[in-house]
Amino acid sequence: MNTNGTIIRMSDIRKVYDTGKVKVEALKGIDLEIHKGEMVAIVGPSGSGKSTLMNLVGCLDTPTSGEYELGGQAVSGVSRDTLAEIRNRRVGFVFQNFNLLPHISAQENVEMPLLFGGVRPAERRERAKAMLERVGLGDRVDHKPTELSGGQMQRVAIARALAMNPDIVLAVEPTGNLDSTAGSDIMSIFTDLWKQGSTMVIITHDPALARRASRVVEIRDGRITADHPSEA
Amino acid sequence: MNTDLHIIFSLFATSSRLQRKRAYLTIAAIAWGTVAILLLLAFGEGLKRQLDKNRRSTGENLAVMWPGETTKPWKGMPPGRPVRPRIDDLDFIRQRMPELQSVLGEMVSWRTAIAYGRKTVNGRVIGTNVVYGEARKHYAQAGGRFFNEDDAIQRRRVIFLGNEMAKDIFGGENPIGKTLLVNNAPYTVIGVMQKKTQMGMYGGPDSNHAVIPITTWRAQFGRQRLNNLLIQTQRPEEMKSELKKLNEILGAKYGYDATDDRALSTWDMVKSAQVTKNILIGIQIFLGIVGALTLLIGGVGVANIMYAVVKERTREIGVKMALGARRRWIIMPFVLEAVVYTFIGGALGITIANLIVAATTFIPIENNRVMSFLGRPTLSPQIGIITSLILGIIGLLAGYFPARRAASVDPAATLRYE
Repeated sequence: MNTNGTIIRMSDIRKVYDTGKVKVEALKGIDLEIHKGEMVAIVGPSGSGKSTLMNLVGCLDTPTSGEYELGGQAVSGVSRDTLAEIRNRRVGFVFQNFNLLPHISAQENVEMPLLFGGVRPAERRERAKAMLERVGLGDRVDHKPTELSGGQMQRVAIARALAMNPDIVLAVEPTGNLDSTAGSDIMSIFTDLWKQGSTMVIITHDPALARRASRVVEIRDGRITADHPSEA
Repeated sequence: MNTDLHIIFSLFATSSRLQRKRAYLTIAAIAWGTVAILLLLAFGEGLKRQLDKNRRSTGENLAVMWPGETTKPWKGMPPGRPVRPRIDDLDFIRQRMPELQSVLGEMVSWRTAIAYGRKTVNGRVIGTNVVYGEARKHYAQAGGRFFNEDDAIQRRRVIFLGNEMAKDIFGGENPIGKTLLVNNAPYTVIGVMQKKTQMGMYGGPDSNHAVIPITTWRAQFGRQRLNNLLIQTQRPEEMKSELKKLNEILGAKYGYDATDDRALSTWDMVKSAQVTKNILIGIQIFLGIVGALTLLIGGVGVANIMYAVVKERTREIGVKMALGARRRWIIMPFVLEAVVYTFIGGALGITIANLIVAATTFIPIENNRVMSFLGRPTLSPQIGIITSLILGIIGLLAGYFPARRAASVDPAATLRYE
């Protein structure tokens, strides 16, 4: 499935957290390229700089130094609003704890990024519905998250991530809060999405999920220590 | 901008309505603050209007002068000479200052025996001009009248009674047309003054004296010197220059320095009205500040609940940011929510305050010493505008600071796992 289109290009990315007294260098020079259609698993122990890397990849934070391009757009040194727009159009997030808004329906949750993307109401409803059908929840559109199972909630989250047709889907421990059945459901959906051409970046501890990826990047102590195709 | 508004209102509409009980308490606090500021201002306004009305009851654009002594030497003459205008000065001033609304003189006889039947009271009898009735607001009760030019020319023995004095002499009896004795000379009562709450006085309240034509007074008491000289200007702002002119004219006639303000002691009612007005504005500002502080506490309540809401929704805010919400899309729904709380509370407070003010109209003002001095609480449009402005500012501030905290939420926190 690999094509040569580069979605993520990071060169010599450093991130220093300055807490006033102590300066912590969380990333010590990351070079990473992710191409369109790849499914990359990023693994590493706690404190390895994995979370920091995910924040940068997801444009939730900006690097202290280094160049980062997402889908051909430079991310370093842009305004907060532009960063928000990049997140909206180019990144689809899937979180470990789903992070659905609890008081609105599945449909409205999926519509949220479309609202921020300036999509008109009628089209919003249509696209959100289509996305929910795509993840097999066509009959649950009006349910609130509390009325759904964990697996269903995560599927709503995936529909939400896909709604804006982003350059990458960024998933953080997507199966971490699910039982094994629901977890493997979600993994299958991810594999399907990948096969349909989506670029996936997954940060995980779960070896089963990492095995499904096309490529595994290992991080330790703020540096990439291994980068190889999946054993599977 | 349109998409902006659309997004902000959509987010506002779908944001969770938590903290319901606290929201009610907050709205109640705002309502209470609004009631406080409105009632205080209404009370101040009522007081202002009542005092103004009471002040006007003496007469408008008036200055009173009474005889004094010179304090400055003039043309070789030493200070300490008395200055006392005479009755014929009234015509003299009239001629030299035709722009005046009226020129009045008062000849006063204190503790004069006034007898009717077996009853005798001692009171003030004032001889004055016909225009006095209008200028000093001696309006006659139904069935009576003030004396007129004919009375003055023919020196008729007619008397116009203050309402309290009429009550003292006649009790419940109708005084009009009755004859009473002033120092044993018979007078016909032609009118009784309408009751008025009088603020400014010199010599005593109008309700407790009797007035007769100045010509009649001179015929009976035989004096020429005025006790009081009054001038009335057409407009209040003319008073200062007219008083200066008057002193120049009388100074030339009686031989005193026109800048000697003790030669004729003067009470400029226009000036003292201005002082009173300033004091009342001060009182209103003070009341307004007290009310605004009360309202501010309500505002702190709104800010407090908004902080709680922001804290509760930290994750929600982070998620929205991760999904691409801009700063203002996060901030504005919170500001809007605070404004809505404030608006509801304010509307409630305005309604309650109006009801309370409406209820006070059932308290009788007549024969109520407190109310006739304090007046009725009155809600004016200005009070409404001021209160609305304060409410708006408080609402915005109460929303802005919590919203700023909301916007400082780190969306990366939503990614945290483990």
